[in-house]
Amino acid sequence: MALLRHTTGTVTERQALTVNPAKTCQPIGAMYAALGVHNCLPHSHGSQGCCSYHRSALTRHYKEPVMAATSSFTEGSSVFGGQSNLLAAIENIFTLYAPDVIAVHTTCLSETIGDDIPQIAAKAREEGKVPAGKYVIHANTPSYVGSHVTGFANMTKSLVTYFSDWSENRLRTVNIIPGWVEPADMREIKRLAALMGVEIILFPDTSDVLDAPQTGTHEFYPRGGVTIQALRRTGASQATIALGPTASAPAARELEKKCGVDSHILELPIGLRATDAFVDTLRRTAGVEVPAALVEERGRLMDVITDMHQYFYGKRVALWGDPDQLVSLAGFLADLDMKPVYAVTGTPGRAFEERMAKVLAGRVPEAKIRQGPQADMFLMHQWIKEQGVDLLIGNTYGKYIARDENIPFVRHGFPILDRVGHSYFPTTGYMGGIRLLEKILGALQDQQDRNCPEEAVELVM
Amino acid sequence: MKHHDLPKGEGLREKILAGYPAKLAKKRAPQLVVNQKDAADNVPPVKANVRTTPGIITQRGCCYAGCKGVVLGPTRDIINLVHGPVGCSFYAWLTRRNQTRPPTDQDENFMTYCFTTDMQDENIVFGGEKKLRAAVQEAYDLFHPKAIGIFSTCPVGLIGDDVHAVAKEMKEKLGINIFGFSCEGYKGVSQSAGHHIANNQLFKHVIGRDDTAPAGKFNITLLGEYNIGGDAFVLEELLERCGFTLVATLSGNSTIGQFERAHTADLNVVMCHRSINYVADMIEKKFGVPWFKVNFIGAHATAKSLRKMAAFFGDAELTARVETVIAEEMAKVAAVEAEIKPRCTGKTAMLFVGGSRAHHYQDLFSEIGMKTIAAGYEFAHRDDYEGRKVLSTVTLDADSRNIEELDVERDPKRFRQVLSDEKRQKLAAVNFEFSDYQGMMPQMDNETLVIDDINEQDTQRLLELCRPDVFCAGIKEKYGVQKHGVPCKQLHSYDYGGPYAGFKGAINFYREIDRLVNTRIWSFIEPPWKTAASPTLEATYARD
Repeated sequence: MALLRHTTGTVTERQALTVNPAKTCQPIGAMYAALGVHNCLPHSHGSQGCCSYHRSALTRHYKEPVMAATSSFTEGSSVFGGQSNLLAAIENIFTLYAPDVIAVHTTCLSETIGDDIPQIAAKAREEGKVPAGKYVIHANTPSYVGSHVTGFANMTKSLVTYFSDWSENRLRTVNIIPGWVEPADMREIKRLAALMGVEIILFPDTSDVLDAPQTGTHEFYPRGGVTIQALRRTGASQATIALGPTASAPAARELEKKCGVDSHILELPIGLRATDAFVDTLRRTAGVEVPAALVEERGRLMDVITDMHQYFYGKRVALWGDPDQLVSLAGFLADLDMKPVYAVTGTPGRAFEERMAKVLAGRVPEAKIRQGPQADMFLMHQWIKEQGVDLLIGNTYGKYIARDENIPFVRHGFPILDRVGHSYFPTTGYMGGIRLLEKILGALQDQQDRNCPEEAVELVM
Repeated sequence: MKHHDLPKGEGLREKILAGYPAKLAKKRAPQLVVNQKDAADNVPPVKANVRTTPGIITQRGCCYAGCKGVVLGPTRDIINLVHGPVGCSFYAWLTRRNQTRPPTDQDENFMTYCFTTDMQDENIVFGGEKKLRAAVQEAYDLFHPKAIGIFSTCPVGLIGDDVHAVAKEMKEKLGINIFGFSCEGYKGVSQSAGHHIANNQLFKHVIGRDDTAPAGKFNITLLGEYNIGGDAFVLEELLERCGFTLVATLSGNSTIGQFERAHTADLNVVMCHRSINYVADMIEKKFGVPWFKVNFIGAHATAKSLRKMAAFFGDAELTARVETVIAEEMAKVAAVEAEIKPRCTGKTAMLFVGGSRAHHYQDLFSEIGMKTIAAGYEFAHRDDYEGRKVLSTVTLDADSRNIEELDVERDPKRFRQVLSDEKRQKLAAVNFEFSDYQGMMPQMDNETLVIDDINEQDTQRLLELCRPDVFCAGIKEKYGVQKHGVPCKQLHSYDYGGPYAGFKGAINFYREIDRLVNTRIWSFIEPPWKTAASPTLEATYARD
């Protein structure tokens, strides 16, 4: 029996069909980014299903309430345009849910119709539907362009477009755009900066939003999220550090263009050397020393690497997910002497292959790296059928391959629908690196313990 | 607060409506109804199946979700190809928990796969038919399925891709059954439109293609059962033990072949009235197979349904076998009920979900002594609340008028008068109802509150005002409800538990609700230093 019983090792080129995609569509990324703004209600300008699906996916991933509204398009709105729906939505949202900001993102439907969101928002303001001091912002997120990561990037960029103020007086702050990472990672980045004594503005910031405590009281807008005041000040910061070029570079470039804030675009700080790059950039940008406590954290990660190297060496790994995550992960694995032999992302863009080549630096010549609509999990599974791997790293959908092929599996990325932990424990930074290694070692060693001959069961590993 | 102290009836209704500004309150008012039954079980009208106001945080999804996700989702040997940008197919990928059990490892199962044309901007600008055609060809070349269904998403309708023409062309070319669904997300007002569209297409393109007579003696088709959490497996086993032959299930644990033979049964029994009553009606008109409503959620409801099915066939041996099974199963149920009922009696439940579950699950709660104080559907119509007797008074609005009603005629060759006039009259004499559904409200107590298309606002108010012991809804509501300190049971996905159908399922559900309403975990939310008056001092004294 097999769950994916129709997948064979014979790869045929496809031009039109995507099977088991390694991506989803833009609007969910815009919704996730908007949740990282304090007192902000994301709004989906499209059919009800979009909002429902995105809320469901985010809720399953975080096990947290995810609030967002919809324009509830009908056939009529699809013919005549969604203006009246959005006007009504804006009025109703401010009346019923009282956010400081409504963050509107479009959908394939409203994009195909061609609704002009700024014009509709302006009309709403003229008609008195937007209370004083409140905002309606927007991002265009057509589902037929890019992926969920593009949507995150576009909404994050919109935060700059709408809120960042140019200033002559530079503040000491450094902006950090964390990329599409977990609330735990955003919290970790803030902790690292605090440890280094650097005052930062992190945006978006979903910590204390999507990892809210159980208190017996439902906070419609949880305590977290970057504030509008903080977003305004991003234009006066010393510099911006954008983590993950795909998710964060557009916002950083916009800040540079709009407010003259220098930007440093780095890979996500996952693993040793990517974290080194982040810490070093933050050190130089803010003119601080790396504190001893952080050097010790790095040392602990190095210690795990050197102690356990034999279990990493030469292991073949298949990866799927988002470009920013994959590049840093693959780089980290290669640094451990593992072999990230397969990597697919549905997020289109040639830069991915170039970035992968750069971090792998020729150390895994057999690596197959693909991006775009047909770079899906079906293709990756076919590669695995051709030549197996020792480890899978990716989102929950990998469990079907893991079970069919009996391959150890570490969940990473979006969405993780069947395990907890990702909201609370970071994989960024040095401590995050240790957590990743703990998970990788656990998966590999559990497999060895289960499958090796009885006489070969090792007490000490 | 004991539940008899809680606000209820009109008082509760007004408190909820007071949360809205006047304009919205006026619009919302006819969707909030205090139940009041007369002697003939007539209930006040509920405004249902109407648009959700933009900006309202609704539970509802879209037409596509109802069509692809609900009705066609549980069929394992069809390739469901979603024509649109990637998201629509991605979100419907395995998320509804329809289980399936291919008999051998050689049997097809595409349910673990997600197929999409992943439309890009050039497909939107220049049209996507060419890509769709190529995708169908590639799916065929790779998997050689018996059938391919093509699902239209929002932009497909706008740019005018003709999925039906592509389906027809590829059907002729490849020689397998290929058909399309115009189930764009913006159609109708909820998932319900999608159920209707799915049913229409199944009726036009699949049902009735294979006249092979079933082998059994008492042949039935089960409609509106979707095998969430293995419900269908329980029912398949139960029906077999009773002596019924299940020709097809629409659509839990199903195959296309079963659908093709669905019209060959002698009786259609309907579980989820909302999603599938159309198919039951159309099969009856065209092929002569009668239908009635059953409910396999709840042990007593299951027993009642089985007895009605046996009575329909009027066979002494069948009746005896059904009674034996009921007696055996009810003994097991009673043992668990006796254990759990004392712990649950008097506790309160609210159910806001779906198009039939908010009704069916009330049976299970009442079996363990719990009281449903408020309920409502996400996407049902008036007949699901008030009963089919109101169908003639339901007015068609623009949104409903856009959903095709098939003009079904009697099949001159294959229509079978399964039920003779004489037998029908005989059954009618003992109040045996066909083609009927009483609706949810006649079963609910007076003064309970019915809310259609509940939203975040209403949910919060209900929780604050009434604090039920358990709230049943879906994934989007679950964690918000629980942040109030109230356990939430998902009745779409069953919280990855179940099965809850049949006798076995009833036992599972009793135990699950016992867990939810009697656990101590909720009492630990308040830290000890917050609940004690002066804890430090007391502790010091205690030690002394």
